Amino acid sequence: MNITTLVFILLSVLAVGSAIMMITSKSPVNSVLWLIVVFFSISGHYILMNAQFLAIVNIIVYAGAIMVLFLFVVMLMNLNKETEPVKNYRLQLISVVSGGCLLLIILSAIMKIDTQQLVEMKVGDAGLIKSLGKNLFSNYVLPFEISSVLFLSAMIGAVVIGKKD
Amino acid sequence: MDIKLYIALALTLFTIGIIGVLVRRNAIIIFMCVELMLNAVNLLLVAFSKMHALSAAAKASVNYASDAQIFVFFIMVVAAAEVSVGLAIIVMMYRNVHTVDVNFLNRLKN
Repeated sequence: MNITTLVFILLSVLAVGSAIMMITSKSPVNSVLWLIVVFFSISGHYILMNAQFLAIVNIIVYAGAIMVLFLFVVMLMNLNKETEPVKNYRLQLISVVSGGCLLLIILSAIMKIDTQQLVEMKVGDAGLIKSLGKNLFSNYVLPFEISSVLFLSAMIGAVVIGKKD
Repeated sequence: MDIKLYIALALTLFTIGIIGVLVRRNAIIIFMCVELMLNAVNLLLVAFSKMHALSAAAKASVNYASDAQIFVFFIMVVAAAEVSVGLAIIVMMYRNVHTVDVNFLNRLKN
């Protein structure tokens, strides 16, 4: 077993384990913190695949901006274990079983494929900021500009919705 | 590394997100599970882009290999916009009904 496989297994176990911890932990603040761990391990996967730009953007945008926003809202509402909604255990069991069935079926369908397609690890310049920037500002410049309009409308929408009337 | 391992990992994370949406009743946790599902798809897109970079068709042009990573970039853009609006909606909901339990949001039912 080489070091790449080892790091892959380690990051995968970390990601799946903290995702499970996220949906099972009682306190919303703990859930937010576990989700940040998931995002960091996914960033580790990006670095392992040499997608450096996305790894940094994932940390800055997701673990930085979005999760701080979540944490801010959770603390603003003063949510904790006591304010957690009451649970219906039968509904929970049904949800877990149906989700597990979905996972099992798609996984078994995918694992039946015989051809082996390999993923390029640790090398390659597809994820470097140079090739990404060239591609973004030559082929995808119109979606890039449209996304700025989307951000503007999202900002105005958030202000209008959050305004006290 | 085999692409199947990445598919399995992304699928597991996605399913955990689905189970979280179904199990939890807290609107903020449900929203976080949606973020987890978006991230699973992002991971799979990056894995597919690196798979494509290794195949012979992509050797002629580097651009094709980074297309999927541009998609991931745009997914992150849309997710950031979505979170700002969604959290504003949750805050407004909390202000009106003083809870984040989604079971109370059944006024459209009858």
